Amino acid sequence: MEKMHVKMTVNGKNVDLLTEPRTLLIHALREELGITGPHVGCSSSHCGACTVDMNGMSVKSCTVFAAQAEGADITTIEGLGTPDALHVLQEMFKEHHGLQCGYCTPGMITRAYRLLQENPAPTEEQVRFGIAGNLCRCTGYQNIVKAILEAAAKMNDMKESA
Amino acid sequence: MNESTPPKEERSAALSGLGTSRKRVEDARFTQGKGNYVDDIKLPGMLFGDFVRSPYAHARVKSINTEKAMAVPGVHAVLTAADLAPLSLHWMPTLAGDKQMVLADGKVLFQAQEVAFVVADDRYAAADGVAAVEVEYEELPVIVDPFKAEADDAPVLREDIADQKEGAHGPRRHPNHIFTWESGDLEATEAVLAEADVVAEEMIYYHRTHPCPLETCGSVASMDKVNGKLTVWGTFQAPHAVRTVASLISGIAEHNIRIISPDIGGGFGNKVGVYPGYICSIVASIVTGVPVKWVEDRSDNLMATAFARDYWMKGRISATKDGKITGLHCHTTADHGAFDACADPTKFPAGFMNICTGSYDIPTAYLAVDGIYTNKAPGGVAYRCSFRVTEAAYFIERMIEVLAIKLGMDAAELRVKNFIKKEQFPYQSALGWEYDSGDYHTGWEKALKAVGYEDLRTEQAERVEAFKRGDTRKLLGIGLSHFTEIVGAGPVKNCDILGLGMFDSCEIRIHPTGSAIARLGTISQGQGHATTFAQILATEIGSPAEDITLEEGDTDTAPYGLGTYGSRSTPVAGAATAMAGRKIRAKAQMIAAYLLEVHDNDIEWDVDRFVVKGAPERFKTMKEIAFASYNQAIPGVEPGLEAVSYYDPPNMTYPFGSYICVMEIDVDTGTTEIRQVFALDDCGTRINPMIIEGQVHGGLTEALAIAMGQEIAYDEQGNVTTGTLMDFFIPTAVETPNYQTDYTVTPSPHHPIGAKGVGESPNVGGVPAFSNAVHDAFRAFGLTQSHMPHDHWRIWKTAESLGLHD
Ligand code: FES
Ligand code: FES
Repeated sequence: MEKMHVKMTVNGKNVDLLTEPRTLLIHALREELGITGPHVGCSSSHCGACTVDMNGMSVKSCTVFAAQAEGADITTIEGLGTPDALHVLQEMFKEHHGLQCGYCTPGMITRAYRLLQENPAPTEEQVRFGIAGNLCRCTGYQNIVKAILEAAAKMNDMKESA
Repeated sequence: MNESTPPKEERSAALSGLGTSRKRVEDARFTQGKGNYVDDIKLPGMLFGDFVRSPYAHARVKSINTEKAMAVPGVHAVLTAADLAPLSLHWMPTLAGDKQMVLADGKVLFQAQEVAFVVADDRYAAADGVAAVEVEYEELPVIVDPFKAEADDAPVLREDIADQKEGAHGPRRHPNHIFTWESGDLEATEAVLAEADVVAEEMIYYHRTHPCPLETCGSVASMDKVNGKLTVWGTFQAPHAVRTVASLISGIAEHNIRIISPDIGGGFGNKVGVYPGYICSIVASIVTGVPVKWVEDRSDNLMATAFARDYWMKGRISATKDGKITGLHCHTTADHGAFDACADPTKFPAGFMNICTGSYDIPTAYLAVDGIYTNKAPGGVAYRCSFRVTEAAYFIERMIEVLAIKLGMDAAELRVKNFIKKEQFPYQSALGWEYDSGDYHTGWEKALKAVGYEDLRTEQAERVEAFKRGDTRKLLGIGLSHFTEIVGAGPVKNCDILGLGMFDSCEIRIHPTGSAIARLGTISQGQGHATTFAQILATEIGSPAEDITLEEGDTDTAPYGLGTYGSRSTPVAGAATAMAGRKIRAKAQMIAAYLLEVHDNDIEWDVDRFVVKGAPERFKTMKEIAFASYNQAIPGVEPGLEAVSYYDPPNMTYPFGSYICVMEIDVDTGTTEIRQVFALDDCGTRINPMIIEGQVHGGLTEALAIAMGQEIAYDEQGNVTTGTLMDFFIPTAVETPNYQTDYTVTPSPHHPIGAKGVGESPNVGGVPAFSNAVHDAFRAFGLTQSHMPHDHWRIWKTAESLGLHD
C-alpha cells in the first residue's frame, strides 16, 4: 500500500511520519514513534486504554487514523510530566493507589488531565461520568476517583497561590 | 540503650515492613507510561503473526488454500496443522491431562478456533494475509447444551479420543464425557437426606464468563539459531511451568529456553494457560529465523482463550426444623468446552469445588462433578479464584438462602446457627479439608451491625407493603454472603500441575552495603509484589524495604516456582520469602556474635540489629553485618550473605469474610442501584493494608460485573454472542459503587507470618452478595432461584414471571 506523509506535533516535538493511510494513530504512536505509554485494550473504542489528547480533546487513538491527525497537536502520558517533575495527577495516582497492573493508567491519567481542564472543580459524580470511557479491570475506580478529586483540589490550590 | 540508638518503634517504622501501607514502587514507571508490556517489545526484524479462525462451532475442514495469502505483500509464511505435524506440535497437552489442537487438525470444535497462522511484516499485512487464506468447511451438528451431550445420537465431538474409555481422571461413559469426580460419602448423605425434617432442592447455575484483563494475551518468540537459545516474552502467570512444558513438547533442552514475563496488564486467571498463539509464535520464529510477535485482539481473547465457570450445580440441603443443617448433596455438570484445558491441580479435575460446604458445620456431604465436552472454547480457568472456589461459594451461599426460604427463617440467623465455631478449628470438613483457622461469628456480627441489619429488614418489610399498596415500584434487596476460601496451593503431597509440585521459592542476596535483591518464582500482574514482598523481607532481615529490589518473571534468573494465581503468592511465595529471610538472619547471627566476641546464644534480634543480651549498647546492625560478611574471614562461616528457600506449604490457607450488599431494584425497568456494599475480610496477618483494600475494591467490581451482566453466551449454532466489549459487560466508574471495607485478623497457624492471601476473596464473596441481593428483593413475592447474570432484562423477566407487572 502506498505510504503518505503525516506531520504532527507529539509531546511538543514535530514529527513527520511516512505511513500507510490505514495506519491507526495508536499504532503510529506505539510502533513508529516508540511512544508505548498509550495501550491497546480493545481496538473498538470501548476501553480507553489508548486515550491521548488531540487538539485539546480526549480521543481514543485506536479509532483515529494517523492521517486524520495531520497537523494535530498530540499529548500522550509521556508528555504530561517528567521523572523529576511529575504531573499532579501522576503523583496523586501513586499516593492514593489509583492503579494496580498499570495498563489502563496512561489512558486514564491522560483523560483525567483533559477532564480537569474542562472542569477544574468536578464533583465525584462528574469525575465518574467524565472517566466512563476508560475501563479499569483492577481497581474498582474508587481510588482513581479519589486521586482525581485530590489532584483537582491540589491544582486549584496551586493556581490560587500563584 | 545506647544514646545513639533510636527507639524500637522509630527503627521499625523506618523499615516500612509488615503491616504498613507502603506506597507502591511499581507506580513510578506505570504512571509515566514506562511499563514494559509484551506488546511494547520490539526486536530487530520482528514479524507479526495472526490467526485464521473458524467461523463455525463444529465443522470438518475440507481444505486450506494458502496460495493467495502467500502472495499478499508482506506475508512471509502461513502455518497450518500440516506444517506443525512433522514437529508433533499440531496438538499440545493441556494443563488438565487432555490435549488441544494448536491448529485445526481435520475439524474445528468451537467458534474462533485457530485454523492457520499467518506471519507477516506487521499486524496490517498479517490481517491482509488472514483474509486471503481460503478454508473450505463442512458444517457438523453443534452441541451447546451439556445436558444434551450424552444423548445416544449426540454427535461425537472429540473423534481423536472417541474410543478411549479411560480419561486422565478415570472412566468415561460417553465419547462426550470427560470425567466423573467424587468427594464425600454418598450413602451416608442419601441416608441423612431421606430422614431429614426439611430438604431444600435447587439447580444453581454459575454461568460462563471470562477474566478479560485489560491487556490481552500475547508473546514474542525469538529463536537464536547461532547459540541455539529460545527466548520467549509473554503474558505468563506461571513462567517456569511454561518453560518446562515448552521444553517437553518442543524437545529444546530446558536450559536453552528462557521465558520472561514482562509487566502484565492484569491476569485474573486468563494468563495461566498455554495457548496456540504462544506455540505458533515459537514455531514461526524457528521457521523464519527472526523474532515473531503474536498479540490477540479483544474478540480473540473473549472467544478463544480461557473462559471461566459454566457449572450447573444441582443441590440438596437438609436441616432440622429449627435450622441445623444435617447434610449436603451436590451434583455438578461442568461444561468444559471442546478440550479439557482447565487450570487445576492434577488430582483435582474440578478444582477445590469440594470446599462447597462453605463456612458451615455440615456433618455429612457428597459431591460429584461430571466434566462434559461441548462446542465451546476451552478454558475453565480460575477467574480471580482458587480453582472453582467461586463456584463452590456461590453454590453454598445460594443453597443457604434457598434453605432459609424453605424454613421460613432469616438467612442471617440460619448462617449464625450453622457457622463452624471458633473452637472447632482446625476443622475437618465432611469433604476432606482441614480449615486452618477462623472466627466467623465475630466478623459476621460486626458486618450486620455496620449495615444496621435489623433496621434494613424493617425498611424492607415496609417497602414490600408500600409496593403492594402501589406507593412505590422499587424493591429493596439485602444480599448476604459469608465465604470461606481455600487458597495457597499447595502442599506438594497433593498439589501438582503436570507433575510439577506447587511449592514456591525465594532467593535473597544481600549486598555489601546492606541493600538486597530478592528473586521469586511468582509473577505480579498488578498485585504489587515488588512492594509487598520487600515488606515481608524488611521485617525479617531488618533492612528498609526501599533498599530491597524484587525481581520475578525471568526463568534464567529467578528460582523455580509455580507462579501467581489462586491467591497463592502470599501463602506460598510469601512464606518462602520469610523463610529465606530467616536463613539470612541465622547466618547474620553467627557473624554478629563473632564481631561482638560473644557466643551465638548471647545475642538477640532487635528490629534491625543483633544486640548482646543484657547489654543493648553492644550491637551490630544488619548493615554492619552485611559488610562484614564480605570483608572478614570468619572461622567456620562462608563469605557472603545469601539464602534460598523452597517452601512446600504444610496446608492450604482459609481466608474468610462477611459481605453485605444493599440494592434497590426497579421492578418496571429491571435496573438496579447499589446503595451499600460492606466487605469485611479476614486474610490473616495483613502485609500492606492499602494494597489489601485495593484488591478488595477490584475484586468486588469484578464480582459486580459477573453477577450483574457479564457473560460469555452462545446461540444454538455455537456462535458467541458476547464477543466484544459492546456486549461483554465491564462496569465503568458510573456503574461501580463506593465500597466500605473492614477486617478482622485471624492468623494462619501454619504460615510463617500468619498471612492467608486476599486477592480473590472479594470475587468469591462478592458474587453471592450481589446475586443474593437480587433474589432477596423478590423473596416476599415467592422467588427462590433465578440464574445470573442479573442484567436488566433478566430482572425484568423475573418480575414479569412473578406477576409484578400486572
Ligand atoms: S484500545 Fe482504543 S478504546 Fe480500547
Ligand atoms: S490498573 Fe489494571 S486495568 Fe486499571
